Amino acid sequence: MSAIETAEPGSQPPATRGHHLRRFGRWVRDVGPAVALVLLVVLGIALNPSFLSWGNLSNVLTRSAFIGIISIGATFVIVTGGIDLSVGAMAALVASLMIIIMNRLTQTGWAAPTAVAVGIVAGVLFGFLAGLTNGLLTAKGKIDSFIVTLGTMGIFRSLVTFLASGGTLTLNSTVREAYRPVYYNEWLNLPIPVWVLALVVVAGTIVLTKTRFGRYCRAVGSNPDVALYSAIEVNRIRIAAFVVQGFCVALATLLYVPRLGSASAQTGLGWELEAITAVVVGGTALRGGSGRIWGSIAGALILTLIGNLLNLTSIISVYLNGAVQGVIILGAALLQRGSRSR
Amino acid sequence: MPVPPSPQAPGVPTLAAQEVSKSFGPVTVLEGINLDFHAGEIHAVIGENGAGKSTLMKILAGVYEPTRGSVLFRGNRVRTGDLREMENLGVRFIHQELNLAEDLTVVENLFLGQEPRHGWFLDEPRMHKEGREVLAEIGADLPLRERVGNLRVSEKQMVEIAKAIAKRASVLILDEPTAVLTQREAERLFKVMESFAAEGVAILYISHRLEEVKRLAHRITVLRDGRLVATRRADELSPNDIVRLMVGRDLHDLFPPKAVKPELPPVLEVKNLTIPGYVQGASFSLKKGEILGFAGLIGAGRTELWEGVVGLRERLSGEIWKNGKSARSSGYPQALERLRIAYLPEDRKGKGLLVEEDARTNYSLLGLKRFGAWFVNERNEREAFKTAVEQFQIKVSKDQALPINRFSGGNQQKVVLAKILTVDPEIIVFDEPTRGIDVGTKAQIYRWISTIAADGRSCVVISSELLEIIGLCHRVLVMRSGRIVADLTGPAINEDEIMLYATGVKQAQSGTRPLEGV
Repeated sequence: MSAIETAEPGSQPPATRGHHLRRFGRWVRDVGPAVALVLLVVLGIALNPSFLSWGNLSNVLTRSAFIGIISIGATFVIVTGGIDLSVGAMAALVASLMIIIMNRLTQTGWAAPTAVAVGIVAGVLFGFLAGLTNGLLTAKGKIDSFIVTLGTMGIFRSLVTFLASGGTLTLNSTVREAYRPVYYNEWLNLPIPVWVLALVVVAGTIVLTKTRFGRYCRAVGSNPDVALYSAIEVNRIRIAAFVVQGFCVALATLLYVPRLGSASAQTGLGWELEAITAVVVGGTALRGGSGRIWGSIAGALILTLIGNLLNLTSIISVYLNGAVQGVIILGAALLQRGSRSR
Repeated sequence: MPVPPSPQAPGVPTLAAQEVSKSFGPVTVLEGINLDFHAGEIHAVIGENGAGKSTLMKILAGVYEPTRGSVLFRGNRVRTGDLREMENLGVRFIHQELNLAEDLTVVENLFLGQEPRHGWFLDEPRMHKEGREVLAEIGADLPLRERVGNLRVSEKQMVEIAKAIAKRASVLILDEPTAVLTQREAERLFKVMESFAAEGVAILYISHRLEEVKRLAHRITVLRDGRLVATRRADELSPNDIVRLMVGRDLHDLFPPKAVKPELPPVLEVKNLTIPGYVQGASFSLKKGEILGFAGLIGAGRTELWEGVVGLRERLSGEIWKNGKSARSSGYPQALERLRIAYLPEDRKGKGLLVEEDARTNYSLLGLKRFGAWFVNERNEREAFKTAVEQFQIKVSKDQALPINRFSGGNQQKVVLAKILTVDPEIIVFDEPTRGIDVGTKAQIYRWISTIAADGRSCVVISSELLEIIGLCHRVLVMRSGRIVADLTGPAINEDEIMLYATGVKQAQSGTRPLEGV
């Protein structure tokens, strides 16, 4: 920013058009997601007064929680220079396995709350294992993460169809009753998923910015060779990033299961794209090396808000939701393109 | 060989630089260069690493645009920074880093971008015919259909040269053409260069080998720290003159005096180390407080050998002994911890530094554990960096977030040095420690290396800069084609002796046969 120019006088002719564009781009990258978020809220208030109602806002936050939590994991993977396309399918698989386990346990006479607790632990474990699989294949198998997760996406999705015999897996009513509060209950007027999201945001921010692991994630994504020559266990960092992603998916899933109480091959469809969109809109570079958690959350909120606004107003058809999101991600990418001088 | 007659700059020079200056960001690499090159002349441009030779060549070839000044072709100003235009004028540039498409064949590379066509299709018969001719012209016998990636480095160089002359050349610019060639291959190249000069081509070339320059060139231009120090007829300069002009001071000003080393037990012993494709059965030892030089041509396996020792490269066989005990480690992190050996990579921007991060982040990356097992204690980190800035006289800007690629080469290297010392290593491997930095910083770095060794740490210096090896090291190992072929001490550490072993004129003392095909 301006400090750079003053620090090195005469380094570059300062007043070129490209230069201003770059500077603008950098500014947009720094605060863009926050500004966009504020603009969307203002737009929402202007278009429909009921937008600002507590009910609507809390609804927006709750619905952002799934993609939000997943996008925090995605931030770690993307910062280390990878990509995870399998998160949607992974969520569906974790949900299916949780439902099967919880149903089976109550059928064999376990109390519903215990069954739910076991199901949650199992869900986290499955998320961990799925992330570990992606990480090992990428790091040890030396396969591009795009290909690895394209493969595991197909496998996870197909396993869901197989487990559900092509149909839908449904929680039985006793479990559902015991599990419902995890999604629907509120604490201090805010639904549980919002609290979980907040917790993950804080934890994710601390891990990425304050810990050795976070620093290593950035180094690996920025230049894996430099990381190797700096005695960083590059493979371990890559694997760990995928494990973090798996954990986040599990967390999102165990909030999602009580909402619908079912899972099918359609569950979590397109979540990977929404998560990646949120991360990119939030200002994390897809090529790795730098990223920020708050941006990803802002990105997730922006995506949900757009859907919400289209629902509340009738200027643009709701059916064009995907198109508007597409325009947003392209715009974000265009602005980021000029923001880094080589 | 008789000294060729020097064309006495008659008439208009083929190519000329006028008041050419070039800066990259804050760093000025060339300042006010005036120089002309004549038809039929072989003109050597020499200088230390970082003197600006490559930058000057790139400006003349149209790769870079100068910040100020102009380039003249046969007296007419040309549009600078326009590679196409220079190519149309017949200015051919052969890069130091070979610029070939590895997956294409020899003949495909020769005609890349200017393929003869037959309507919509490639005229393959013509490509093969002309390709054969052009290779024959430079005496290179290469299979036209071979994938370039399968060729040896020297063969690739011949392809590069053949490519450059596939169309008529008026000026041939060669950036360190002999750095990767064996003596025989180099001789062949010199013949080609001389025959081109005889045909009236102006030849500009960069070299580090003073003997070769003296023998081959008509005129010699010396650059130092981006300035032109002298342009003289080659027969007017002695090798000593050249060195003095290059370094700008007497050698004992540049290098600290070598402390006489007492006989100390070896800290590190490497026994029979083999790295497939690079190193064959290397055995040597490193003593406490010793500065051990590794000399050899590019591609001799020096970097690979040490990457193997520190665990950055897979080794096939061999043992490593530390302080008289067999030491096992897999991977660099373990070597760093157990062998206490740190490696400063040759490729500063590709392997040494995260160029978009700030100086402090780069400084602490290697020894980040010291600043906390889980959480990074940023206050300690900042304090340590401040100390390092003072100790190494790093020029930092007020803007602490300034990415390190905005620092000068010398300043960057100081950060890398500080980074290495955060882990308090017993052995430090410096791979080309002064590449691309100015003479002043070089002298500083030599002093530090000397001090580090005097403190009882062992230093290994891998360098292609012979002056550096000769001026700094207590003992020098010469590598050729993946083998250690000489172990030189005392007065045997001189340019002649090193080059004789490095190019294979003098064979290995132990009588081992060098590995072919690496």
